[in-house]
Amino acid sequence: MIETRQLTKRYGELTAVDGISFKLEPGRVLGFLGPNGAGKSTTMKMIAGFLAPTSGSASVCGHDVVDDAIAAKRMLGYLPEGAPSYGEMTPHRFLEFVADVRGLSGAKRTQRIDDVIERLHLNGVLEQPIETLSKGFKRRVGLAQAIVHDPQVLILDEPTDGLDPNQKHEVRALINAMAKDKTIIVSTHILEEVHAVCSRAIIIARGRVLADATPAELETRSRYHQAVSLTAANVPAAKEALSKVADVAAVEIDPQDHRITAFPKPGRQIFVAVNQALQAQGVAVSELQLESGRLDEVFRTITQGSGQEARA
Amino acid sequence: MSNIVTVFKRELSSYFATPVAYVFIVIFLLLAGTFTFYLGNFYERGQADLLPFFNFHPWLYLFLVPAVGMRLWSEERKSGTIELLLTMPITMWQAVVGKFLAAWAFIGIALVFTFPIWITVDYLGSPDNGVILASYIGSFLMAGAFLAIASCISACTRNQVIAFILTVVVCFAFLLAGFPLVLDFFSAWAPQGVVDAISGLSFLDHFASISKGVVQLRDLIYFGLTIAFWLYASAVVIDLKKAD
Ligand SMILES: Nc1ncnc2c1ncn2[C@@H]1O[C@H](COP(=O)(O)OP(=O)(O)OP(=O)(O)O)[C@@H](O)[C@H]1O
Ligand SMILES: [Mg+2]
Repeated sequence: MIETRQLTKRYGELTAVDGISFKLEPGRVLGFLGPNGAGKSTTMKMIAGFLAPTSGSASVCGHDVVDDAIAAKRMLGYLPEGAPSYGEMTPHRFLEFVADVRGLSGAKRTQRIDDVIERLHLNGVLEQPIETLSKGFKRRVGLAQAIVHDPQVLILDEPTDGLDPNQKHEVRALINAMAKDKTIIVSTHILEEVHAVCSRAIIIARGRVLADATPAELETRSRYHQAVSLTAANVPAAKEALSKVADVAAVEIDPQDHRITAFPKPGRQIFVAVNQALQAQGVAVSELQLESGRLDEVFRTITQGSGQEARA
Repeated sequence: MSNIVTVFKRELSSYFATPVAYVFIVIFLLLAGTFTFYLGNFYERGQADLLPFFNFHPWLYLFLVPAVGMRLWSEERKSGTIELLLTMPITMWQAVVGKFLAAWAFIGIALVFTFPIWITVDYLGSPDNGVILASYIGSFLMAGAFLAIASCISACTRNQVIAFILTVVVCFAFLLAGFPLVLDFFSAWAPQGVVDAISGLSFLDHFASISKGVVQLRDLIYFGLTIAFWLYASAVVIDLKKAD
């Protein structure tokens, strides 16, 4: 379990994290979203016990990260931003070192190390100095290091950055598999990842929480929520037909692929009505889709909106 | 304790993971030999002791110990591994001491490799082996004191070159604390008590006193306190500066 209360970090004049409070229960994966410089990494560093908060507090499984630091750190696996590791060591030696510091020993130690090597596909690079590994492999070594002691709480700062699509998929599967009994925070810039792994998303900008909801709830804030998109050979006819549907607020045509999108009036469902209207007008449609909402658009609206407020 | 051992082992093996360690040891031995045999007139003196050898140790350490110590913390900060190390369940104190001991042991290993010189004098004459042993202990303690200073200064910056240069300067001041060069600087404005205290800080005096063959408690305490002080300062500096 992770809890933060009015967590704040100042660097001189700059307030990097400004009173962030949340509580996360086991079995939940929290996605941390926000533009560059929003304060995601700084928040994670404070929860991981690396930086002391300027004010406010954070606790991991009930242990305050400042007053009871060692106990909190024991509960925790942490992948810092950029996945740093000792470059001159081999992944094997590095994992052994981490296992030792984490207090693993004997058969358990061997078994856990073998397990993470297997899960992150490190077999081929085990005896190669980490500094000579590719970026993606370095990241995987960093991930392996974070989970080698099977911690109850995981903090992963951009865990899939630099991974190839197969590995992204595997790491997401790994996070999902661990999610059942652990408390996990991941930060990411990849919005599809929020869908794939997170049960909750917090969007922050300029150190403040701007949204805190499930990914599905965030999508309902999108203009595209419940919109209907379709591709038709006869675009003008299709547009004409859609405009006549009572609950359609607007119809837009994508200038590139000429895909047509009909937006509903607030709170209305238009899928059935649109379908009927198209059939009634005899418009041939090659593809028709009900949109659930677009996170990237929600992200933009929320974070850029706040920027203007803050400046004003 | 076991955490200190784990950090110590990782750190020490990292010295030997690159050729730098071997280069360092070779340079150390070459310089020690050169100083002793050419500048110290080892043979010409016709005396069976290692005085010329040990006399040069402070000056050898002045450059070689900062070279070993400069990477202690600057590298951790530069590569970001400090974030890894300090978010593991170990205390700051364990990290500082473990890393320091590893670097100290490394210098100890280099020192041990100078044993052929001891064997040589033992073969050529009959030296006072007690004095030689005491000098080795004194030399090792002095290296520890230099290294503790290096640890603290390397915690101040992520640039190893700056760490090296600053450490040399500070170590130089400590070496010469008993000499007019340093004392005159203070005697102009500081009260006599302070000047005396500063002259008591001289590494050279304490080293010379040990290498006479008597390992006195006050010299041991002196080096012990110096190391403890600078390591404590390292921990404070790391805590203050780790964010940037
Ligand atoms: N050591 C430091 N000294 C001064 N300012 C800092 C320091 N570290 C971070 N900052 C500032 O704090 C703010 C938040 O940084 P942070 O690294 O938490 O952002 P982030 O959300 O992780 O961004 P990104 O998506 O780029 O990783 C930024 O404006 C950054 O410049
Ligand atoms: Mg970041």
